[in-house]
Amino acid sequence: MQLIYEQSVPGRRGVMLPTSDVPLAPHLPVHLLRSEVAALPEVSELDMVRHFTNLSRRNFSVDTNFYPLGSCTMKYNAKVLENAANLFASLHPMTALLPGGSAVCQGALGMLYDLGQWLADVTGMDEVTTQPLAGAHGEMTGIMLIAAYHKAKGNRKKYVVVPDSSHGTNPASAAMVGYEIITIPTAPYGDMDLELYKQAMNNEVAAVMMTCPNTLGLFNPHIKEIADIAHSFDALMYYDGANLNAIMGKVRPGDVGFDVIHLNLHKTFGTPHGGGGPGAGPVGVKKGLAPFLPMPRIVLDEQSGDLLLELDNPATIGRTASFFGNFGVMVKAYAYMLMLGRAGLVQVSEQAVLNANYIKERLKPWYELPFDLTCMHECVFSASKQLAHGVHAIDIAKFLIDKGYHPPTVYFPLIVKEAIMIEPTETESKATLDAFIEVMIEAASLAESDPAAFADMPRTMPVTRLDETKAAREQQVCCSG
Amino acid sequence: MSSHYCPHTPEEMREMLAVIGVQSVEELFAPIPAELRAKTFNLPPGMSEFETFAAMQGIAADNQRDLSLFIGGGFYDHLIPAVVDHLAGRAEFYTAYTPYQPECSQGTLQALFEYQSAICRLTGLDVSNASLYDGATALAEGAMMALRVTNRHRLLVDGCINPFARKVLRTYLANLDVEIVELAPLDGLLNREELAAELDDRTAAVLVQYPNMFGCVEDFSAVAQEIHAAGGLLVTAAYPVALGILKSPAEMGADIAVGDGQSLGNPLSFGGPSFGFIAARKAFIRNMPGRIVGETVDKNGKRGFVLTLQAREQHIKRHKATSNICSNQSLCALRGLIFLTAIGKTGLADLARLNRDKAEYAKSVLATVPGVTVLQTAPTFNEFTVSLPKPAAPVVAALLEKGIAAGVPLGQYYEGAESLLVVTVTEKRSKVEIDLLARMLEEALCN
Repeated sequence: MQLIYEQSVPGRRGVMLPTSDVPLAPHLPVHLLRSEVAALPEVSELDMVRHFTNLSRRNFSVDTNFYPLGSCTMKYNAKVLENAANLFASLHPMTALLPGGSAVCQGALGMLYDLGQWLADVTGMDEVTTQPLAGAHGEMTGIMLIAAYHKAKGNRKKYVVVPDSSHGTNPASAAMVGYEIITIPTAPYGDMDLELYKQAMNNEVAAVMMTCPNTLGLFNPHIKEIADIAHSFDALMYYDGANLNAIMGKVRPGDVGFDVIHLNLHKTFGTPHGGGGPGAGPVGVKKGLAPFLPMPRIVLDEQSGDLLLELDNPATIGRTASFFGNFGVMVKAYAYMLMLGRAGLVQVSEQAVLNANYIKERLKPWYELPFDLTCMHECVFSASKQLAHGVHAIDIAKFLIDKGYHPPTVYFPLIVKEAIMIEPTETESKATLDAFIEVMIEAASLAESDPAAFADMPRTMPVTRLDETKAAREQQVCCSG
Repeated sequence: MSSHYCPHTPEEMREMLAVIGVQSVEELFAPIPAELRAKTFNLPPGMSEFETFAAMQGIAADNQRDLSLFIGGGFYDHLIPAVVDHLAGRAEFYTAYTPYQPECSQGTLQALFEYQSAICRLTGLDVSNASLYDGATALAEGAMMALRVTNRHRLLVDGCINPFARKVLRTYLANLDVEIVELAPLDGLLNREELAAELDDRTAAVLVQYPNMFGCVEDFSAVAQEIHAAGGLLVTAAYPVALGILKSPAEMGADIAVGDGQSLGNPLSFGGPSFGFIAARKAFIRNMPGRIVGETVDKNGKRGFVLTLQAREQHIKRHKATSNICSNQSLCALRGLIFLTAIGKTGLADLARLNRDKAEYAKSVLATVPGVTVLQTAPTFNEFTVSLPKPAAPVVAALLEKGIAAGVPLGQYYEGAESLLVVTVTEKRSKVEIDLLARMLEEALCN
């Protein structure tokens, strides 16, 4: 397909601007002006409508394809949520920060406050900030809160502990806040090795970051003990909320010893992924960490019932984003929680776990299951049996694309060789799961009968396998002209 | 019962449980020790989508949505062509995942490549990533990138940069070994004498913004020469609509350019989601944070696009990554691209001029209000600072009650600036609204 720039015709216009109702202003001094106009596209509205519509058709999406993408919770995104977000489109964030401004934004502030209360309820935390703009941003904010806590206590801390199965963002976020990383290997039973963890812990550990259930889809039965050990060194427990979809109403991180948590609203709370964002990464904390939360903080005046903004306090870490977070995403998550309610969210977790275990049982005869345990919302296979025939996890991924399925997450977690990580989510029907299982079995059979057949897959997409080495070498990241 | 978005019937669930070999769903939660199970969970009961939407309408109505907006501060009330909602609203874009599987994600990948190209063309720089969170975090990432490139630990920050962005920068760097020297504004401009005094061979970068918090537009070409002579970099934050006419960051000598993309086709939405952009000279590409889309070919030599240079990123490099960012603001960046395509090459310059015309008109009208003076130290774009004969905060509060968000009082952000007000005038403000602002301001000042 042509690039939009390749369709440009000098002098062609798209959208007309309104006629001005004020006089022309004198020109700016020449030294402040650009020497030539930026070479943006010059296309008609119909040209661009065809272009972007056709581009969109070169994508898989949840609305067009099953997306069993482990660790990402690609559930269906209800349409009414989009309508709800549009209701707030014209609200300027500076309004709330003007003198007297919070009075004219009570709806928005109240919604953020209530969302925080609900998320605190789901997770067993005391207070929530909605400011972080994505999961990793929430992690960084959470680790900053932990750093502020230790600083206030005069603790000298240097390390953050993560299991080797953790998301890459965990160590990366801790490093952004200046910590060194201690990585604990996974034991044969599928969780962070408890003995090695005990040996590694010391007084200089600031925090232990855990995903629970972990990235193998397993709930760590030792989690309370791990938390108790951390606390005995005055290290805080950080909960990576990427996998919260498994446990709503079943277990609350705050009840099992976690002190700080981030949530990915675009995973658990039904807001769309947008082709890579925007997400939202609210952070919940226990009482002791609340004074450090970023500003502005939304406070309920118990007497009047009004929502006010606290703009500064001596303990705060400061500010991690311009305003109140990805508000539009929060509207969708709020509407989602309002709609599903308590019983609905419990059902979400129950059916997510049911679907994952169903797939696990049915595919177990065909694919190696390195940790054969009851899983939570996702299960991790290895393509090791297929590798014996020269077929890799990535080959199976490309086979699935030809069959109309977005592939599961492959090669993550890094600790499973040829990992295939499947997360069906609760929104898929049994018929969809059965059809997917059949295709996975077909791939396993083909790996045995005709492994060479995988080499040129996918065949049905706009492009075949792409030369990633050439892309990295030539670094062509914008079009010339 | 199947309900909301959980489709299984009881019969289907029985079949599935039989395959798994358990009696109930509850058995699947057995790995969670009983003593750890949730005891409370107090959310309200659920409701239908119709009741939900009605409730959301109620919440939306509890905000004053028809204010006449003369406020900016990083977010701007601009027109959004209808095609932006319709095209970015295609579910194939908004319900897609990050394009890690390139063959079934060419739509998102090509669109992001075109977005990166638009950012390069706007800023004049060589390379752009596929977006960051917002303008403030982009400034922090740009600063951290400069620290990596130069392997230095000192930043000179113009106090005229948006105060929220400066706060985010300080928050990001608080736990790292970095010295931040903030240069207090001089009449709404960069204090160049103080800059010269502070600039040394330990300085990684000078950070500036145009138009700045006071609305002033400065040429930083000389600053670029000075910092380059000292072996450091120039990082500029810019308002992308203004780049329709203003000298580009590259023309000023910037090495890294950042900004907030909200003004490009993203609604105000109470502050988010928008997107941050970052562009740089090609030599620094391996120090860029976040995802980058690159062009390549497939096995048949056909052009295609992939996420490239992923060895910079957290999912490969973990704690050694250039940033922890994973999810970015892809859909908002797509809206930015669609906006720039709809407005087009000459359209963006026209839009920028229209903004300036409106603001210059507002300046002339407000200057006639008794006691009001317009800060004249530098040319401005669509924002300017006025000095009132009394503290600005109560005046703004009074006008807000009459449905006008008259501007951002600077007293909260700068010492001794209690009487200063920054007024923003985009193309959406009519002459009638501007005249009304002047009248109401005059009235408020009399009381």
